[in-house]
Amino acid sequence: MTDRLAHQSTRNQQFWRQFRRHRGALIGGVVFAIIVLGVLLGPMIWTIDPGYPDIRARNQGVSWLHPLGTDQLGRDTLARLMAGGRSSISVGMMAMVLSIGLGCLIGMAAGFFKKLDGPLMRLTDLFLALPLLPLLLVIMMLFREPLSRSIGPQAGIFVLIVFAIGITSWMPTARVVRGEVLGLKERDFIRAARAIGATNYSILKQHIAPNILSPIIVSATLGIATAIITESALSFLGLGFPPDFPTWGRQLSDATIYMQDYPGRVFWPGLAISLTVLSVNYLGDGLRDALDPRQQNLRK
Amino acid sequence: MKALLHATAAVCAFGTYAHAERGSDGQLNIIYWQAPSTLNPYLSGGTKDLQAASLILEPLARFDETGALQPWLATEIPTVENGGVTEDLKQITWTLKEGLVWSDGSALTSEDVKFTWEYCTAEGGGCAQIEKYGGITSVETPDNQTIVVNFSSPKPYPYTAFVGAQAPILQKTQFAECMGSNAVSCSEQNLAPIGTGPFVVSEFRPNDVALYNANPNYRDADKPAFANVVLKGGGDAASAGRSVLETGQFDYAWNLQLAPDVLASMEAAGKGEVISGFGTLVERIMVNMTDPSSDLGPERSTVAHPHPFLTDVTVRKALSMAIDRELLVEIGYGDAGRTTCNVLPAPEIYASTANDACKTQDIAGANALLDDVGWEKGADGIRAKDGQRLSLLFQSSTNAVRQDFQVVLKQWWSEIGVETELRNIDASVFFGGNADSPDTFQKFYADVEMYANNFDGTDPEAYMSNWSCDQIPAPENQWQGNNMPRYCDAAYDEMALKLSQTASLEERAALAKAMNDMLMQNFIMIPLVDRGRVSAKSNSLGGVILNTWDSELWNISDWYRIKD
Repeated sequence: MTDRLAHQSTRNQQFWRQFRRHRGALIGGVVFAIIVLGVLLGPMIWTIDPGYPDIRARNQGVSWLHPLGTDQLGRDTLARLMAGGRSSISVGMMAMVLSIGLGCLIGMAAGFFKKLDGPLMRLTDLFLALPLLPLLLVIMMLFREPLSRSIGPQAGIFVLIVFAIGITSWMPTARVVRGEVLGLKERDFIRAARAIGATNYSILKQHIAPNILSPIIVSATLGIATAIITESALSFLGLGFPPDFPTWGRQLSDATIYMQDYPGRVFWPGLAISLTVLSVNYLGDGLRDALDPRQQNLRK
Repeated sequence: MKALLHATAAVCAFGTYAHAERGSDGQLNIIYWQAPSTLNPYLSGGTKDLQAASLILEPLARFDETGALQPWLATEIPTVENGGVTEDLKQITWTLKEGLVWSDGSALTSEDVKFTWEYCTAEGGGCAQIEKYGGITSVETPDNQTIVVNFSSPKPYPYTAFVGAQAPILQKTQFAECMGSNAVSCSEQNLAPIGTGPFVVSEFRPNDVALYNANPNYRDADKPAFANVVLKGGGDAASAGRSVLETGQFDYAWNLQLAPDVLASMEAAGKGEVISGFGTLVERIMVNMTDPSSDLGPERSTVAHPHPFLTDVTVRKALSMAIDRELLVEIGYGDAGRTTCNVLPAPEIYASTANDACKTQDIAGANALLDDVGWEKGADGIRAKDGQRLSLLFQSSTNAVRQDFQVVLKQWWSEIGVETELRNIDASVFFGGNADSPDTFQKFYADVEMYANNFDGTDPEAYMSNWSCDQIPAPENQWQGNNMPRYCDAAYDEMALKLSQTASLEERAALAKAMNDMLMQNFIMIPLVDRGRVSAKSNSLGGVILNTWDSELWNISDWYRIKD
């Protein structure tokens, strides 16, 4: 037992050492943490209501009262940025979790069980062939109202958007995971495990899952970025959240017509999206290097 | 080389002097950010479709920029004085100009005019302009040039049928097979009608672009100055404005509903100018008197189910009282708007002053009003009575100014304990009139909706009849009515009928005012802003006269390119 704990702690140390070596990942991680903490805890310090239109104070520049100015209806840009970040990042995270979960499940099943491979991969092809935007439009049209009635308009749309993005973005993950599993399955250590009587479940859990972590993490980081961008596109088309609900994508599209007069309104949400996506990508890069047993051996 | 230079100079000189020649000014580029979907004005209520068709199809008479009637295909405006209208006001006689021909070369005769009436009033046709032809019992054609229209009852204002961009003349030969329920399936005809106007359609892609060439058989041999017209649809108001005012890609952009400072900064680029005029365009909130709940299936938003709380006049009144209209004008329109408390704000003689109290915001008063009738605020600040919460779904078309309005209105309504969910729908869907789409303004699957509407011409009779019971959109009439609030009051219908029988202008004005007051004091519609029409034209485009009483392209045959 103590042995195992000690083993665990050296592994953690090893991981940290490895991760620290990747400077970009370290910076990415710090930036992402700052953004997440900022949008989560920021509203507790900066208590202006992001939805309140203080119409007399519209189109204001930078001041102590409004550090990033106000928009065309007098709403505080900083408060809106934080509120928008909450929704955008949570949509991104949740959609990513859903799509990675689905992708892994289908990819592992297809790679590991020969019988399932054909049907599952054809299903993946089918989803890849579906045109994304029309599909999203249909999903929105069919389920928007029933959901918004049962769990409220904003929660309803949140669930719907997460679902819509998740259900349409798991395919690349599934393909990559399947490929990795197919390769691993034939390796000696898996055969050995099978020979000593390990069950399918424990092989998948103990041996396969840790070895396919790196492509999954890469997919996951890219997934967050894609999800944030897809949400922006939906908001832009008027199919996402209601027009008064702040998200980074919505703020960006609202601000485009004021771009020349008030560039700050495009700049801040644009910067927030870019920084988040970039930092998450670097973070993923570093995590992959640190977690991948093969890369570890190379670097030792 | 020298020869070439001479040739070029000659061409230039020729171009300058020959600007009165047909087709000498090349191509005219027009952008409508709502793309036209049909060129048959009888099958669409959309302004974009009417105006796109107005290059081709022409009425007997139309309105000029002052709101006065001008003879167009007719020789003169028939009146009682000149004998064109009988003393009993039941008959009007139009005379066509001599020698009019369709763009295919065949002659325009009174038969075509008669056919147009038959076409619009045919059973099952779902004609969108049917109110223009109300009360006509027969149309006679004693000879090729004369049209005699008989009305069932005295028609004091007979200038609705065959007048204005909404009721132009169709060619009988072309549309003969398209009567009644065949109307919609005649896509070849609807997408390329033959007309008498200055242009003929050469290609039309619905919801995208319309291409026109000068009509070789147009009655004025020197017009139009442009050889062809590209009417591009789609995009949004901001990019349309930019394409005329900043980049100069287009010559004319229609209906630029943009924030005033945005428009001003675009104009500063110096490629074009913003033109505006006040008409009868009122941005208003329509209140749904029927239940839009999706539980009701095909019966939602039909008169079978009254609305759970908007049928209470105090709620509607409170919604109106909470609004600061001055501020809305300031945010959305600047000089291109003014506050109004009437749905009928112009011409002057029809404008009521009885409702002007709405110009001041009164949130405390609205709260007191709702308290008095038992709408109690709950723990979440939202009022409720007998388990019914005051919760609205508020829809509008996608447009920066409208979304800003929605946000501000939501804020004001939250201050009187009304919860609002906002929705915005792409404008070409919202106003598209597609009976299969659930998101059109006619279907009105929401509690309140906001858009602007107006009427052609100067007489409000047809416009005011929009809110009579038989104008309620329903599945039976393919959702084609104009009575969006689904308001139905026998007293109102009676006044509408009386208006259609009254001749004296003063009495007509008094009646129209009374009808407006009835709608306003019942808060069936909540008027917000009287909007000027704002369009943009490039500096090189001449002859444009912005007309708020008819199609904006009404005098396109007179437009020309200004040469340096």
